[in-house]
Amino acid sequence: MAKKHALTTRLWHWVNAVAIIVLFMTGLNISNAHRNLYWGHYGFDPADAWLHVIRFPGWATIPGHYNLALARDWHITMAWPFGVGVLFIWVAMLWNGHFRRDLMTKPKDWTPGAVIASIKAHSGAGAGAHHGYNPVQKILYGGVFGVLLPLILLTGLAISPGSGGYAPWLIDLFGGRQSARSLHFIAAWGIFGFFVIHILLALTDWRLILEMFTGGKRPAEGAAEAPPPAPPVPAATDEGVPAHG
Amino acid sequence: MVDLPRRSLLAGMAALGASACAKINDSETTQEVFKAAEDGHRLLHRALAGKQGLAKEFTRDQRSPTFRGNGSVTVADPFYQEQLAKGFPDWKLEVKGLVEKPLALSLADMKGMPQRTQITRHDCVEGWSAIGEWQGVQLGHLLDMAKVKKEAKFIVFRCADLYRGTPYYESIDMVDAYHPQTIIAHALNGEPLPEKNGAPYRMRIERQLGYKQAKYLQAIEAVTSFEQIGQGGGGLWEDLAGYQWYAGV
Repeated sequence: MAKKHALTTRLWHWVNAVAIIVLFMTGLNISNAHRNLYWGHYGFDPADAWLHVIRFPGWATIPGHYNLALARDWHITMAWPFGVGVLFIWVAMLWNGHFRRDLMTKPKDWTPGAVIASIKAHSGAGAGAHHGYNPVQKILYGGVFGVLLPLILLTGLAISPGSGGYAPWLIDLFGGRQSARSLHFIAAWGIFGFFVIHILLALTDWRLILEMFTGGKRPAEGAAEAPPPAPPVPAATDEGVPAHG
Repeated sequence: MVDLPRRSLLAGMAALGASACAKINDSETTQEVFKAAEDGHRLLHRALAGKQGLAKEFTRDQRSPTFRGNGSVTVADPFYQEQLAKGFPDWKLEVKGLVEKPLALSLADMKGMPQRTQITRHDCVEGWSAIGEWQGVQLGHLLDMAKVKKEAKFIVFRCADLYRGTPYYESIDMVDAYHPQTIIAHALNGEPLPEKNGAPYRMRIERQLGYKQAKYLQAIEAVTSFEQIGQGGGGLWEDLAGYQWYAGV
């Protein structure tokens, strides 16, 4: 329990890292097959598109040339570790208290003062000595776990025609298959944005990366360090993290 | 060696990466993993939806204003063109293979059978969708009429069009063959099927992607295996490009 990163977190982190890189780059190849995005149930006419997407170059795609069949093979395959992984990490986070301790926000975390304090704490000389997640981190990580990952997973299911047989409500929830496809695309770039920030910040201190392998040590100081009780009941007033994982 | 220009080093690394990737992609293990992932999605869909779970049906005002034609949009065969001009009076749809009573049905025969009308969404593997109203005969009805044999595992659709010089074909398993929404459509949006959409018949298999919806249908064949057909992939796109046989994802 003294590890900074639980084994389940580390395991998921690296499996998921590989999965989302492959999913993103094969996704760009798949996007090249029809470079228009629409809202609603149908859409095939470029005149109806809300966005004309650029053709992603070979260096950004897997494989490095346009091959829809092969890109889909990889995408369909990596969807398994990604999808099962999202379920796994949510169960693990709720179980081991990671969610309650590090990701769940309180109303005061959403105030401008909390944001400014977070940035100051992160940028100053004392950044490395700071433990636990600050409000900005909680909001960002919560947004990834609570919104982007479930969104890209569920919209991915909704794009598949097979889901029409078991969850037509899911497709309707997103406003139709073409809306689901658009949201899938938006969520992918949201995750990409997080990925870039995440890598840049991790590179500021190589020990952070090492700890994601070893687990690191969690110091037993700080106010947020109460021993984790049973999995928490999500608060009804929780405006930060919709826990629909 | 040390003076190797940076650009050619990068190019070399990229080439090395590309050939390594080609090896990974072509390896038997990778292909088996792909197949397992595809089978996994099919089994999950079947487990969640059941064999008869229906794809969403829409109302008339939810249809797309037009219905895009894609892939083959015309058939060069002179007999086809003559029949198209006359309304397919002599076009026969065969039901053959592992059946006790092979059939050869005219368009009038087909229109005289119980009809199913459904307004459904067509999803192309490329990513676009169109919505249209289809009318036709349930495949299960034809298979029952022809008394399909118990050993039949797949239904193969033989088509009149050539795509890149090869006859188009597709195949599905018996679960999808007997799905209530699997119909042989002869009408789109209340009109006889236009040429670009597969006149006189195209398949509707509503829980799979567009390339499964075989157009210009000539024959329906019950088989135990499609390994000996074409290049053995179960469909022209599966053979030509390596598309997934299960197109529910």
